[in-house]
Amino acid sequence: MRPSSLALSLLLLLALTCLFVLAPASAPSTDARRDANRAMVERYGITDLALFTEARYTRHPSQADLHSAFQDHPGALEHFPTGSLLQPHRPILTQYAPLARETTPSD
Amino acid sequence: MRLWLEKQRHLIDFTLASLARRKTKNIGLLLAYMLLVFVLASLMLFTHALRSEAAYVLASSPEVIVQRMVAGRHDLVPPDYLERIGRVRGVQKMQGRLWGYYYDPVLNANYTFMARPSGEIADGGIMVGNALARERGLSTGNTISFRSYSGKLFTFEVLATLSPDSELLSADLVLLSENDFRRFFEYPAGHFTDIAMSVANPQEVRNIAAKLGKMLPDSRPILREEILRTYESLFDWREGIVLTVLAGAILAFAILAWEKASGLSAEEKREIGILKAIGWETSDIIRMKSWEGLLISITAFLGGVLAAYVHVFHFGAAVFEPVLKGWSVLYPKFKLLPTVDGLQLITLLFFTVFPYMAAVLVPIWRAAIADPDTVMRA
Repeated sequence: MRPSSLALSLLLLLALTCLFVLAPASAPSTDARRDANRAMVERYGITDLALFTEARYTRHPSQADLHSAFQDHPGALEHFPTGSLLQPHRPILTQYAPLARETTPSD
Repeated sequence: MRLWLEKQRHLIDFTLASLARRKTKNIGLLLAYMLLVFVLASLMLFTHALRSEAAYVLASSPEVIVQRMVAGRHDLVPPDYLERIGRVRGVQKMQGRLWGYYYDPVLNANYTFMARPSGEIADGGIMVGNALARERGLSTGNTISFRSYSGKLFTFEVLATLSPDSELLSADLVLLSENDFRRFFEYPAGHFTDIAMSVANPQEVRNIAAKLGKMLPDSRPILREEILRTYESLFDWREGIVLTVLAGAILAFAILAWEKASGLSAEEKREIGILKAIGWETSDIIRMKSWEGLLISITAFLGGVLAAYVHVFHFGAAVFEPVLKGWSVLYPKFKLLPTVDGLQLITLLFFTVFPYMAAVLVPIWRAAIADPDTVMRA
């Protein structure tokens, strides 16, 4: 067999395997396990994933207030490794704004 | 057409023979290239699958959660809040939630305790998440004792273990009856941790949250869309952080590829000179080198993506696990549903294959347009 035939056949095989593996995953699909989890979220009123259980504000990032990583002291350095990966970026801070307390300055 | 195809095949034959002459160098480059694509693709597939999992399952989380804040911290909701919130027009259903954290010195881990109605879980019984049961060696029928924050010891019987498929949601969860929860944490009667509510018209959620904010100035409404956005931004952020960490490796590869591709060795220059001297045209040399670049980069890309898929969806992204785990003792074992974002893969293809092709072709074109005699003597 010519080297070019071998190389092109191998490349084609690799491409077809990729297509065969990735194509079904790119289409929306239903999954019984995921549906059961969704039902569990509804039944128990779960708000967060149990991915980072090391601290309160990493266990429930959506329920913690925006500055809970620094609750011990305003200038305290965050000491949980996950905390440093959890910081919200700017857009989320501005999106919370409309529901923040509106205060009127005192006379 | 047939002639053209035959010509291309001869070019590929020649390219492969040329690659084989510098076997070690080219295999090393292919492996480094594949490794880079593997890490980047793993990261993309993993964060995309987690993001879509979070978006799917949390889409049925409570529409609005109302917390009470005291001195900037989350505090218990007093009994009259339920009644006052019920008076707001548009509020459909509401339920006081009881949940809290318990630090277990045996495992050095935090658990999430959550109360369920007495009809669902009998007093004295608990249902535990699978990760917790695994770490503490619990199974149905076992008993476990927890010392409450007041110092009293409470013993519970494990009624059931939550499904292992739900570990991503329930790894550290302990479900117990409302009575037990109130006794364990000594909650004052009628008080709740927070309130979950739903709104009759989904378009009105923001208005109702704003109304609640005005009526109960110490409350903090959290909307479902905010929960979903938190997770969206969390995984975006995480992907960005890991990419930043990987930036050094990406740069190192860029330097390696550039050095390999642009710094033509004397041998390669001589080869080009000889080819030109025996009658090859500049376009033939460029075509031959294009095949070389394409064969290496496409093989590396496809191999890397395929390996990343297996790593993320069959081996649970084992490479990223230590980073994700942090200091968590209870880390869920979960299997992600394979989901792939075609656009992300095309972006990856663009940023890995095209720069390499450019790095290969530019110096070759420069050498190929030079006089063969000069190139051979250089």
